[in-house]
Amino acid sequence: MSVMVDIRSVHKSFGPLDVLKGIDLQVRAGEVTVVLGPSGSGKSTLLRTINHLEKVDRGAISVDGDLIGYRRSGDKLYELPEREVLKQRTRIGFVFQNFNLFPHLTVLENLVEAPVAALKRPREQAEATARRLLERVGLGDRADAWPRQLSGGQQQRVAIARALALEPKLLLFDEPTSALDPELVGEVLDVIKDLAHQGITMIVVTHEIGFAREVADTVVFMDDGRIVEQGPPAEVLDRPRHERTRAFLSKVL
Amino acid sequence: MSFETLPRASAAPGTSGPADVPRIVPQRRWGPWTAAAVVLVLLALAATSVLRNDAFQWDVVAEYFTTASVLRGLWLTLWLTAVVTVLGFALGTLLAAARLSANPVLRAVSWGYVWLLRSIPILVQLLLWFNIGALYPTVLGVRTVDLLGPVTVAIIGLTLHEAAYAAEVVRGGILSVDRGQIEAAQALGLSRRRRWRRIVLPQAMRSIVPPAGNMLIGTLKGTSIVSVIAVSDLLFSVQLIYHRTYQVIPLLMVATVWYTVVTSVLGVGQHYLEKRFARGSERTR
Repeated sequence: MSVMVDIRSVHKSFGPLDVLKGIDLQVRAGEVTVVLGPSGSGKSTLLRTINHLEKVDRGAISVDGDLIGYRRSGDKLYELPEREVLKQRTRIGFVFQNFNLFPHLTVLENLVEAPVAALKRPREQAEATARRLLERVGLGDRADAWPRQLSGGQQQRVAIARALALEPKLLLFDEPTSALDPELVGEVLDVIKDLAHQGITMIVVTHEIGFAREVADTVVFMDDGRIVEQGPPAEVLDRPRHERTRAFLSKVL
Repeated sequence: MSFETLPRASAAPGTSGPADVPRIVPQRRWGPWTAAAVVLVLLALAATSVLRNDAFQWDVVAEYFTTASVLRGLWLTLWLTAVVTVLGFALGTLLAAARLSANPVLRAVSWGYVWLLRSIPILVQLLLWFNIGALYPTVLGVRTVDLLGPVTVAIIGLTLHEAAYAAEVVRGGILSVDRGQIEAAQALGLSRRRRWRRIVLPQAMRSIVPPAGNMLIGTLKGTSIVSVIAVSDLLFSVQLIYHRTYQVIPLLMVATVWYTVVTSVLGVGQHYLEKRFARGSERTR
């Protein structure tokens, strides 16, 4: 299968703090990659560099063959104007830990906003798509609710539908269940599993080991800004080769 | 009854039910009643003293309340307030954007502007602008005195003053919007303009409207200061009359009642504006 995401030698620091210390990672189209690791290991930052919410200091990332955030000419990478970056982002869905729904817009308006504003879709068509997506995440009857009237789990399902409204070829999840009450985690994971079965390429940063075992094609374990090991869940989760992976898993399992 | 003899909710049926639980009696509070009575009596005394004091000359108040010159003054006060508020907030929004930008020069200039304009009393500013001709006798070949009439000076002075405060109000509103909102809009590919207009400002308005309403009312009354440079606003108009008739108090009451009426109308408007921008903030359907 073709490579959807290709990350090469990515470095990133915040001031004196090196967060990413040379990351290489390939994600094949249609696969689910789950990124595990302790807090501060750089996994969220890595995810955010993939849609250029964070700029990399060194290295390059391509999604479906497009270099993200830069244009290459000879041995230099020239930063793209924001307009171009925004266009690239419409092909990459991003789901945040805190949902970040727009509280002053109804659920339906949250889903319609980007297709109409960024992709210039006709409003009726965008609304029809939005209603179909809400149906798909089990919230077909809440189109006219305000986000604050929904539970955390429902808000996150709306956020997933909002990301899907742009028909992205890649979905990025940044700890999608970390802000949820324990009894609401399952409903969000079920939606993500459902998407995984439909063949959307996904990268999921999470602490849900059970979810990784069940859904992931590849599990990546990160620590201290580096990828420590990666492979099928059966290998990384059950027969980790590295001591740090073993130590981490023994704490979270 | 000692604590030991209080029945439990889980007591077996027939032994002792909820009827046996002693009733709770709230404490009687006389303080609030006494305070309310004292305040009401004082209020009644004040009201009768106002209504019975003939020196207020309420008939004179009624006589001048809607005379042409007073209404002309009121009209000037109203449009001056509107112009100053609109221009002041337009400039204030630019200043706030500059202050929040990544450009250190813009940030410093914006900070400096707010610092300077908030430091000089508005009365001093108006007098300085009024006498600007002493510093720059001509502007582009035109005599400054001809270019800057009292009304123009009033608009310039009040607007520049208003902008310094409006900048802080707008900046506070923008800062109150969660950073994640902008990130979500960026991740969805919304343009800078769209993010600003559709996501940030509507949410910032929730924090901007209450202090802005406060400022609008302050500006309405603050415009009375332009009477010192002979702009015929509401206050100046009644002053013109009482300089002629010596009915100082009743004519000041004319201005007082008008200011109160307009302020009340603005307060009602603010209430509805706040409701409009609170959309989506209530938790229950």
